[in-house]
Amino acid sequence: MSLFSGRDIVCIRGERRVFAGLSFAVPPGGALLLTGPNGSGKSSLLRLMAGLLRPAAGALTWGGVPVAEDAEAHQARVRYVGHLNAIKTVLTTSENVAFWARMAGAGAADVEQALAGFALTPLAHVAGRLLSSGQRRRVALARLLAAPGELWLLDEPSVGLDQASLAVLGSAIAAHRAGGGRVVAASHTPIDMPGAQTLDLADFASPTPALVEAGW
Amino acid sequence: MSGLVQVIGRVAARDLRLALRQRGDAVMVVLFFVLTALMFPFAVGPEPNLLARIAAGVIWVTALLAVLLSLERLFLADHEDGSLELLALTPTPLGLVVLGKVLAHWLTTGVPLVAAAPLVAVFYSMDATALPALVLAMALGTASLSLTGAVGAALTLGARRGGVLVPLLVLPLYVPVLIFGVAAGDAALAGLSARPYLMFLAAILLLMLVVAPLAAAAALRQALE
Repeated sequence: MSLFSGRDIVCIRGERRVFAGLSFAVPPGGALLLTGPNGSGKSSLLRLMAGLLRPAAGALTWGGVPVAEDAEAHQARVRYVGHLNAIKTVLTTSENVAFWARMAGAGAADVEQALAGFALTPLAHVAGRLLSSGQRRRVALARLLAAPGELWLLDEPSVGLDQASLAVLGSAIAAHRAGGGRVVAASHTPIDMPGAQTLDLADFASPTPALVEAGW
Repeated sequence: MSGLVQVIGRVAARDLRLALRQRGDAVMVVLFFVLTALMFPFAVGPEPNLLARIAAGVIWVTALLAVLLSLERLFLADHEDGSLELLALTPTPLGLVVLGKVLAHWLTTGVPLVAAAPLVAVFYSMDATALPALVLAMALGTASLSLTGAVGAALTLGARRGGVLVPLLVLPLYVPVLIFGVAAGDAALAGLSARPYLMFLAAILLLMLVVAPLAAAAALRQALE
């Protein structure tokens, strides 16, 4: 069974040690919920998992193989929804989703399905700048369905979503996990992820400034 | 291999579509080029001989400034709306994405400048025999300007006042293109062959085609950390 795991990860941002000694493991079909106060490193951990950041110490592995060894293979697995929606204001909803789907090697049929999945079909030809913030969030989430990837990394996915969309997100995550996919989500509001492990980043917070520890 | 070319095409197609929907940006660059070039006769006087002699230099320097003007927005919009993170996370080398963006940048700023250059040349009563060399040199040169500029734009992405920093960083690197570009035009005016200078411009372009995407991709990764 191939685990996506991290061991003794240390994250340093600027000159501040955000967290240290953090370990986790996500099996196929597993879910991990990141909690913790603002600034505890939830987004940083997601960016580490995506490969946008490198850990100062520790290692991320996928099925025992260090992720850094084959970055492209890891990027093919990762679908990242950050707190920015990456929506071009002059492109329509379907153009926005289609671009990212094509970049990940998916076809047009997947795009239509993804739009339908998040009830965006009526908005398919509306320009990005005319969408509300909740609708923009849904467009960002529709990318997940448009191009299948094994590991979903969601940074506050529920921001701005109404009740109906929250339910859609919950069932999308459930379907993804039922197919063997993994989800790591950071959220302050509860997301419907039955059986998810919870990782409280406050437990790994380190009061010692990194530079002091390094002997400066 | 064809997959790699596809990535360039997809990114370029998206940026072209964005540019087409926001035509103002590209039009502004050309207008800046033409208007700035037309300022010189007011400053140095209307003497035709003098104007014809400085024409190639004026066209090149103003084209260079026009390209600089457009560089800041090359990566900034993608950086601000989160697209750059996702582009960095696509399972393709980031250098190809850069190449796609630079291609679109050249098509929306370099090509219009090349097209406008003969117009300015006519205002300067430049000899028509020199026009083909000028246009060819501009086509080769502006592509190098876009590539070199991409490195500068990527390096200054995280910095405050990046727009001011780009010219400081990039202008010195533009000097070789400027020298050979102007020399090509001058050689043609003097009835000599512009070929050696065009070859130099082509060589610079080939070098930048390899170096610039790699350097810009590394700078972008740094900016995303």
